Amino acid sequence: MINRGYYAGFGGAYLPEILVATFDELVETFYQAKNDPVFWQQYVEVMSTYSCRPTPLTFAENLTQHFGGARIYVKREDLNHTGAHKANNVMGQGLLVKRMGKTRVIAETGAGQHGVATATMAAKFGFDCTIYMGEVDVERQRPNVFWMERLGAEVVPVREGTRILKDAINEAFRDWVSNMDSTHYVLGTACGPHPFPEMVSYFQSIIGKEARSQILERAGKLPARVYACVGGGSNAMGMFSGFMNDPVELVGVEAGGKGLDSGQHASRLCSKDASVGVAQGYKTYFLQDSDGQMRETHSVAAGLDYVGVSPILSHLKENGRVRFEAATDREVVDALALTIRKEGLIPALESAHAFVQAFKEAPYLSRDDILIINQSGRGDKDIFTVADAFADPKWQEFIKQKAEKYRA
Amino acid sequence: MLESYLRKRLKERDILLMTHIVLGYPSFEDSYRMVEAMVAAGVDLMELQIPFSEPIADGPVILHANQRALASGATVQKCFDFGGKVARDFDIPFLFMTYFNILYKYGVHRFAADMAQQGLQGAIVPDLPPEEGEEYLRSMEEHGLAPIFIFSPTTADERMSYLANFARGFVYCVARKGVTGADTSFSDQLKGYMDRCRKATALPLALGFGVQGKADIDFLRGKADIAVIGTQTIRVMEQQGIEAVGEFIADIR
Repeated sequence: MINRGYYAGFGGAYLPEILVATFDELVETFYQAKNDPVFWQQYVEVMSTYSCRPTPLTFAENLTQHFGGARIYVKREDLNHTGAHKANNVMGQGLLVKRMGKTRVIAETGAGQHGVATATMAAKFGFDCTIYMGEVDVERQRPNVFWMERLGAEVVPVREGTRILKDAINEAFRDWVSNMDSTHYVLGTACGPHPFPEMVSYFQSIIGKEARSQILERAGKLPARVYACVGGGSNAMGMFSGFMNDPVELVGVEAGGKGLDSGQHASRLCSKDASVGVAQGYKTYFLQDSDGQMRETHSVAAGLDYVGVSPILSHLKENGRVRFEAATDREVVDALALTIRKEGLIPALESAHAFVQAFKEAPYLSRDDILIINQSGRGDKDIFTVADAFADPKWQEFIKQKAEKYRA
Repeated sequence: MLESYLRKRLKERDILLMTHIVLGYPSFEDSYRMVEAMVAAGVDLMELQIPFSEPIADGPVILHANQRALASGATVQKCFDFGGKVARDFDIPFLFMTYFNILYKYGVHRFAADMAQQGLQGAIVPDLPPEEGEEYLRSMEEHGLAPIFIFSPTTADERMSYLANFARGFVYCVARKGVTGADTSFSDQLKGYMDRCRKATALPLALGFGVQGKADIDFLRGKADIAVIGTQTIRVMEQQGIEAVGEFIADIR
């Protein structure tokens, strides 16, 4: 391997020897595809016939009036098939799996969206599929487990470590080192060893490409600011890449959990609890202690509840190209409630982090300015979590009655 | 230094035995008793694993041991103190095994310097290929320590030769795909793999992953120079206690 995927010192490929040959093959397949103009066309074709690309850019008129500042637009990644931007990456990697002639895919999932997307891709392309999911997340996102299993995937609850996303990634790696001949690991975000950060960002760049041409067509000008939530960072990378060379401020919003001073959050780029380290095959900012042991993380949004972050975003943090902020669980639930009532849009809890920050800033911008928020996924998957956050009495009553019926 | 010890030892024994423990599991006192029992039973060298929260190359038994050790308060400093003590108390070479983040956060150069000062002789860092290991290799060399590299059945001949350029002491040959602790079927296929390893390096060859008992070790005689027993001794300890570990090692020796 010559290019080891470094972004000003972040990234790399810290691989156990057993996987080196597998990564060599993946790197070669990816670059062949990337340099083949037919491949991108084929990818766009799949995404526009099997998913809903191009996804709309919605003008949020009521929210704009409510805040009385910048005009707010929402990029509707929630309208992808399976309900999130995850489909972009998964279908792209699925095409690469076909090129490599492999027959089985595995994936980690936090919120379950990446797992559902991978299981869907596997069903469509005829691959065997195993999904690793932390036990805590299985509990938080039970409906997604149901759908993964209906789609033919085996869902393995991970009981090791903190039992969330990072532990699911470790287990997927353990599967991969045993089964790499038949199996491709569809990593769900722009993290992990090279080429994953570059490859996942490449497939997600379709978001930013579309958003840029849509806003120019609709408003005749570029946005002042663009907002995206940041877990691993794939939706943010996808959105930001479209505006990287424009005079547009890029804002990434991390999970502030119960507050940056609480120790219960997942903010790698805004908090003092993170430092540079190497884990899961790459170098980036991790939430870790002074010995290098990973800390427990917390977020109301399972998909942001992760110790690391894309090495490309760590680089963009250090060079100042992207500004990072954090939104707390409470702020997220409030922003979600407002968005639902004002616009009839239901962003995922993950995506609602981006809304929080945009709402904080919109009133201070001019009415001529434009903001774009990436609605990376839809929130109806979060019904159990959201119902709890809203303490919805009718929902609780319904669940009790349902449980009674099963018990009978 | 490590290599010459192994060569000398190989004149007396046809196959050497390397064992593995996770430091601080279940406690540092127990780790010490494990070392004591293993040395008494005739182990030739030992890997001391500094626990890490994300041990991706390890299977369930060692993973669990890592987590338990951390939960009981194991720190890198305690591991260094322990390493120094056993290196002074026992007359066999000790290596550190851990993941790169532990070295990175400690300071790679400082890690090597402290290893040398405590009398440790080398390190196995499974997630650090030489391409990412410039500072590590330089620091290990400077302090006369052996960086142990790994060959796997998926490693091409050309890459084995490349890795051999950086390896010191011995080369750790992984018997199969997968993580630590699963079964390995020791067959003639393994012979072909070991022949490839032999061609790539003049260093002694250790073979590990799935070595569980006397039959496996008998099979490895004449093929490998060092048999590595990792997970199995942890299983024996968990099921039968530390005393049984000494008997287990003595039986297969």
